[in-house]
Amino acid sequence: MIAYTIRRLLMLIPVLIGMSLITFSIIHLIPGNPAQTILGEQATPQAIASLEEQLGINEPYFVQYGNYMAGLVQGDLGTSLRTRSEISTEIRPYLAATIELTIFAMIFAVVVGVNAGIISAWKQNSWFDYLSMLIALVGVSMPIFWLGLMEQWIFAQELGWLPAFGRGNPRDPVETTTHFYLIDTLLNGRPDQWWASFKHLILPGIALGTIPMAIIARMTRSSMLEVLRNDYIRTIQAKGSRTFAVIYRHGFKNAVIPVLTVVGLQTGTLLGGAILTETIFSWPGIGRYVYEAIGNRDYPVIQSGILVIATMFVLINLIVDLLYSYIDPRIKY
Amino acid sequence: MNSKLWLMLLSLALVFVLAACGGEDEPADGDGGGDDEETADDTEEADGDDSEESEDEAAGEAAADQTLIFARGGDSVSLDYASVTDGESSRVTKQIYETLIEFDEDSFEIGPGLAEDWDVSDDGLTFTFQLREGVTFHDGTDFNAEAVKINFERWADPDHEYNFADEGYAYSVYGQQFGGFKGDDGHVIDEINVLGDHEVEFVLSEQLGSFIQNMGMSYFAMTSPAAFEEYGSEINENPVGTGPFQFVSWSRDDSIVLEKYEDYWQEGLPKLDQVIFQVIPDNAARLTALRSGEIDIMDGLNPDDVEMIESEPELTVFERATNNIGYLGFNMDKEPFDDPLVRRAFNHAIDKEALITSLYAGLAEPAKNLIPPGYMGYNDSIEEYAYDPDEAQALLDEAGHADGLEFDLWTMPVARPYMPDPERAAEVIQANFAEIGVTANIVSMEWATYLERTEQGEQDVFMLGWSGVNGDPDYFFSNLLHGSAIPGGNRTFYRSDEVDDLFDSAKVSVEEEERIALYEEAQEVIHEDAPLVPLVHTTPVLAGSDRVQGYVPHPSTSETLLEVELTE
Repeated sequence: MIAYTIRRLLMLIPVLIGMSLITFSIIHLIPGNPAQTILGEQATPQAIASLEEQLGINEPYFVQYGNYMAGLVQGDLGTSLRTRSEISTEIRPYLAATIELTIFAMIFAVVVGVNAGIISAWKQNSWFDYLSMLIALVGVSMPIFWLGLMEQWIFAQELGWLPAFGRGNPRDPVETTTHFYLIDTLLNGRPDQWWASFKHLILPGIALGTIPMAIIARMTRSSMLEVLRNDYIRTIQAKGSRTFAVIYRHGFKNAVIPVLTVVGLQTGTLLGGAILTETIFSWPGIGRYVYEAIGNRDYPVIQSGILVIATMFVLINLIVDLLYSYIDPRIKY
Repeated sequence: MNSKLWLMLLSLALVFVLAACGGEDEPADGDGGGDDEETADDTEEADGDDSEESEDEAAGEAAADQTLIFARGGDSVSLDYASVTDGESSRVTKQIYETLIEFDEDSFEIGPGLAEDWDVSDDGLTFTFQLREGVTFHDGTDFNAEAVKINFERWADPDHEYNFADEGYAYSVYGQQFGGFKGDDGHVIDEINVLGDHEVEFVLSEQLGSFIQNMGMSYFAMTSPAAFEEYGSEINENPVGTGPFQFVSWSRDDSIVLEKYEDYWQEGLPKLDQVIFQVIPDNAARLTALRSGEIDIMDGLNPDDVEMIESEPELTVFERATNNIGYLGFNMDKEPFDDPLVRRAFNHAIDKEALITSLYAGLAEPAKNLIPPGYMGYNDSIEEYAYDPDEAQALLDEAGHADGLEFDLWTMPVARPYMPDPERAAEVIQANFAEIGVTANIVSMEWATYLERTEQGEQDVFMLGWSGVNGDPDYFFSNLLHGSAIPGGNRTFYRSDEVDDLFDSAKVSVEEEERIALYEEAQEVIHEDAPLVPLVHTTPVLAGSDRVQGYVPHPSTSETLLEVELTE
């Protein structure tokens, strides 16, 4: 198990080098001059030329890549062309914001999805089954921006229950140390701020979590249906314990592996794919960070941002793989 | 089982709903009049909307909470105002910093700022400023003549210790407005002399008509020299000025928080305690936040939404004075656009009124000159190329294009104040051209690419615009039509020695009458040459809560919130 973990971690290195080379090449193919973008449409050619020189973006391609990799080895993600700040420092709040949102969205997706799936399987062909599978179908096919705007309209504007944007009450900014607001507010001893931050998570979390929720519900249902046909379930039922709890305890444990795969994959997807949600809900996360950087031709940020997302994705997959063998000892490596 | 399950789900839903509703009161209750005023405001902000409305009749009284949330689409690039050109940066720095000269609240008329008074020598080369006494920077240090000198030398001299060129700082606007940098041929500021603690003198190498006007631009505001010493190149994240608000915090792509500077030199001002610039990228979400009372002012209102906002009593529309041009430019280096007949024909082909009705909800006026009306030197006697398809057709026939023409119409990919929906504008223009047998193929590409490729002259016909920053016509003319702006802002590749001479003479003249005459003459030549179709001058709009009092949008896009206050 340990050897496997180490082997998997070592495999990360070529994957990430490959990633960096691909992103580096692709973004250098994008037309458009970063200096022009930074200085704006009213900039003079002299100013553009001098900024280009200062930024080192008129160096040859391989020199730039070499410089970038040399820094990367030392843990230096580079400097943003636009803000002139260290990316490794600058990226932290964005990353924390996205992780916080993703975790919330996944908790929502897993809790609702798994339970809906189990109940649907247990009560196959009941009204609940039909209803939840209908919701799952709608959930999978609903565009996030539409769902997000509907949520804002209903819950923020019309009902006024939940805030429409941001991570916390802007009139009362959270003092950050970890940049995870739910943690920071507790560290600061501010339960009222914690509650405000939690409320800010609900709408974007649901918008982001709806698709994985629907996928998980459907996966859980079909996986459970298979398990429920097994002899041992029939035995349990024959013994007279037709209770729900038994299904959860015995049935779900055996149905969990495919569900776990979906959860892992979806989490990775959410991490990088949260741009729409982050834009609609003004959530300053990594998706927005990279998106803004693309608009500004901020090469170092695009490279490092994508690299960070890729690393997270690979790490989540690793965790999922390790969990397999923990949950199902029959899986050996 | 079924009923149990149903009950369970129902109670779950109930818990969620209750949690959501109940939450609104929680912070206020939990707060218990404790240490934090702002926490209680959360309640007011979230559910106080209805009660506010009913109390509206008794309005006019200042609200207890004087925190204004200003929402915009994008974040500031840097708080070192002189090194960036985006409006989102100057909008914030305008609150923190002040300039020697200040513009009127709704125009580019100049008045005293940090300089109480100023003199110009007879030869127009020496400007002496009497600085206001008793003004302090937010770090407590005195504002004086030495500070003015350091600030200007910092921008002018790439070797200055606070220039930070090695860290990627560049002061393009300085170079543009003052003819380059220290050592450059065209650089007009020869020396800056400290004559006394509060008296400073600028000696120019040649006359510059817009010199005083430039002094009011937010790019040339005063930073505390002690702050350069303390923060070095991180000055862009640690702004220290003399303005009504001081910097508190900045979380990127989220919010910038400013608070009232208690020792501000103007007695009783500012009225607000706190200003928060909040980024809400999505237009619809920003409007939702305004209507739910979470923010107080929003920028970038879609002209189509104006009618709806006006019908809601608790909301107000703020109109920004016209200060831009949206135009259709020809690449005069390419056939057939090197032929003035074709360019004039196209000028006659476009129905600007229809464009304004369908795209700008009436919030624009048709343009006939490059500069907006009201600018010094605006030539009102120019006779507009009227919308006249027959005339256009006749001109095309005369130019030898009776069988029609086909070309690419380059369309901006992003909305700008002067062009809120470029794609639709292109379609309207395309239809106009079709009427005279001209086929325009709409071409669009990514924004940065668009700017770069139009600068290189790859386009046939293109859409673009320009906004003024200092109220001086030179900023429009020299950047868009001067021969020296190729490659650069002159994307029509218009070259006219006559016009260049007129621009140059007007730029260095300090006689207003003379400048007006020169610019009027230049506009006549430009009208005849028709390097572009002036389309519209727009009125950008913002929306806000009716609680906001004293907010006057400035044509430069950056206004001070000095006099703004919130009422109950």
